[in-house]
Amino acid sequence: MAIILDHVGYVYEKGTAMETCALKDISLVIPDGQFIGLIGHTGSGKSTLVQLLNGLAQPVSGTIYYNGEDINEPGYNKKKLRSQVGLVFQYPEHQLFEADVFSDVCFGPRNMGLDRKESELRAYTALKQVGLEDEYFYQSPFDLSGGQKRRVAIAGVLAMRPEVLILDEPTAGLDPKGRNEVLDLIASLREATGMTVILVSHSMEDVAKYVERIIVMNGGSVMQDDEPRRVFAHYEELERIGLAAPQVTYIMQELKKRGVPVRTDAITIEEARDEILRALGQQRPHG
Amino acid sequence: MLRDITLGQYYQADSVIHRLDPRVKLVATMIFIVSLFIADNFMGYLWGGLCLFCVIRLSKVPFRFMVKGMKAMTVLLVVAVVFNLFLTPGEPVLSFWRLTVTGEGIRLALMMAVRLVFLIIGSSVMTLTTTPNHLTDGLEKLMGPLRVLHVPVHEVAMMMAIALRFIPILLEETDKIMKAQIARGADFESGNLLRKVRAMVPLLVPLFISAFRRANDLAMAMEARCYRGGEYRTRMKPLVYHRRDRIAYGITLIYLTACICFGRIFS
Amino acid sequence: MKIIEAKNLIFEYIRRDAEGSVEGITRAVDEVDLDVEQGDFIAILGHNGSGKSTLAKHLNAILYPTEGTVWVDGKDTSQEKHLWDIRQTAGMVFQNPDNQIIGQVVEEDVGFGPENMGVPTGEIWKRVEESLRAVDMYEYRKKSPNRLSGGQKQRVSIAGVIAMHPKCIILDEPTAMLDPDGRREVLRAVRALNEAEGITVVLITHYMEEIIHADKAIVMDKGHIAMQGTPREIFSQVERLKELRLDVPQVTLLAYELKKNGLNLPDGILTCEELTEALCI
Repeated sequence: MAIILDHVGYVYEKGTAMETCALKDISLVIPDGQFIGLIGHTGSGKSTLVQLLNGLAQPVSGTIYYNGEDINEPGYNKKKLRSQVGLVFQYPEHQLFEADVFSDVCFGPRNMGLDRKESELRAYTALKQVGLEDEYFYQSPFDLSGGQKRRVAIAGVLAMRPEVLILDEPTAGLDPKGRNEVLDLIASLREATGMTVILVSHSMEDVAKYVERIIVMNGGSVMQDDEPRRVFAHYEELERIGLAAPQVTYIMQELKKRGVPVRTDAITIEEARDEILRALGQQRPHG
Repeated sequence: MLRDITLGQYYQADSVIHRLDPRVKLVATMIFIVSLFIADNFMGYLWGGLCLFCVIRLSKVPFRFMVKGMKAMTVLLVVAVVFNLFLTPGEPVLSFWRLTVTGEGIRLALMMAVRLVFLIIGSSVMTLTTTPNHLTDGLEKLMGPLRVLHVPVHEVAMMMAIALRFIPILLEETDKIMKAQIARGADFESGNLLRKVRAMVPLLVPLFISAFRRANDLAMAMEARCYRGGEYRTRMKPLVYHRRDRIAYGITLIYLTACICFGRIFS
Repeated sequence: MKIIEAKNLIFEYIRRDAEGSVEGITRAVDEVDLDVEQGDFIAILGHNGSGKSTLAKHLNAILYPTEGTVWVDGKDTSQEKHLWDIRQTAGMVFQNPDNQIIGQVVEEDVGFGPENMGVPTGEIWKRVEESLRAVDMYEYRKKSPNRLSGGQKQRVSIAGVIAMHPKCIILDEPTAMLDPDGRREVLRAVRALNEAEGITVVLITHYMEEIIHADKAIVMDKGHIAMQGTPREIFSQVERLKELRLDVPQVTLLAYELKKNGLNLPDGILTCEELTEALCI
């Protein structure tokens, strides 16, 4: 029960002059229930990768297994796959279309062939899960705020009851408050359901405190794949490809260079604070 | 990568024909089409073909690109030929089942085929050697006199230019929306026509909303940059006739005169 | 010299429901006073819906005050006869790079503003070249905007405004849709304009770290000015910023936490260097 990618490659515009390699020889194992951050800047291949995972695009080489089955085998039920591996796209504006929020969330379950009652039940549960108040259920999705639209879009996928939830830059275009709310929501959803969650982002700081594993993509390849604090230890490499580690990492590294005996693997502000206080406290009596 | 679609069928090359003023190319193409109806005999077409061949060579566009434009018109071509072949009254040459082919029929069908092929290739030469925005510029200038009749020439040209810029963006957006809906189990392929049309709703609603939003944003951005219609505007790349353009007009005129002579002499 | 001045600016709009009947009146900007000196770099911060974008649209005469007055370069924006002068004096860059580029070729887009102003052809070419060089996009002048990255497109938009030779440029969340690389590119270009060309900059954003280099920062909330001062003064009020739903950079937060725990640090630390410096004394 996992997603396994075996030497997967993908090419845009195959066979034309515009041929560009989007993914090169990717091998990954994504076990059940993991919370993963997929990081890379624009054009690194991260969006292509997630589209491969739910069969929206087909790899040109290699194989993708979901629960042990090759998803690109002829006859494999892709529609079912898409309800199991749910993908929420970057802009909710790209998927909201119904006259009211509730019908829009019903769209996914209805497409799965569920009857009206079951679809509505699932839509209701999903909207509750994302914390949208009842008063918005029968409003037009276009009148909602950015953060609320994002919640409705997530509910639209949750209503299909996926086993894996992939979110492509769920915080793009939101202000800091909206961003933190959406990230907290995703973390609590995972907590409650135990789903596998893959969070695609170009911001390390956003995902650092939530995820248990970070995969860094660059130029169509996996550059780093480890738990956050070990990934951030390579902050100089990250910088070279246009990504930055959280500011805390820089501060700790710089302090260490200047001879303050701190451990450099702090991720959150609280960890950094305690670590600095500890190190300085130790230092004081001697110096 | 839908953004790489080029609209129209511009073929980039550096040739005399490419450098000509778009107005010259528009006028010459129109004259060429008219000439095909004036000189409707063998000599006339030979002359027309010869001139067309020279222009194609000058344009440095490979001939296969001209033929490409013809593919879309094949059906029209076949229909025209068949109609003329069987439905022209005259001396029967060949007859089978209930169909009769006459001598006049063969002649007319051939003429029609040649005329259509020339017409398509002739206009392809224009579109292949002129960028879409040059084309709109040329049209705006040529249609300029119509402003007296209150035809909004500048506005129409501006609309065409904006459409040319936004079509690739909207195509890419369509692709994204389609993927987002497929991820929610939407099915755009199977089912009968009615079902397929209904399946388009989840695609079209977000697309239209986005298009209106973009239009609104763009209007604001244009106003913020002092856009107030065509009245006070100057041009960064004004259309100016050069010596080569005047020569081209001259050649076109000579060509037309020759066509008229051929039409008179050989008919 | 004052380039922008607003006195008691109020903007209200009427909310309608789906049937078009009036539901209520919303006050988006509420009694705002604003002074911007020629050559300043001003940052306006606030979360979505705080009224910062509505305020910005008044500075370019896209919106007119319901009450109060806005002067741009001494001209009252509500007077029709000043409209084109004001739009030329205060250029505006918007959020979505795709929805503000009109030309199909980079250089033609940059020429759009001068064309509208009736600048002679030769002068347009000169301005286009200068502007594209100022944002470091000259080598892309023949490209289609569709082939550029988000940051490059925004720089083209900025060039399009500079080509109109404005005294002031207003950027309405120019980085909100960009990735970190793009954001850096655009900010670098904006700072260069302010420093090298002396153009007044009004930058509207919700990213705190983008205001570090501003001369003055204004924080908007519910249509009011909630805080104003130098970035350092703003950053030193961590609790207040959190209340206003703004994102305080990690360094500033860490410094604040350390200070609370008894370390002797200066107020309003903005960069990693400042913090390490202060800690290592």
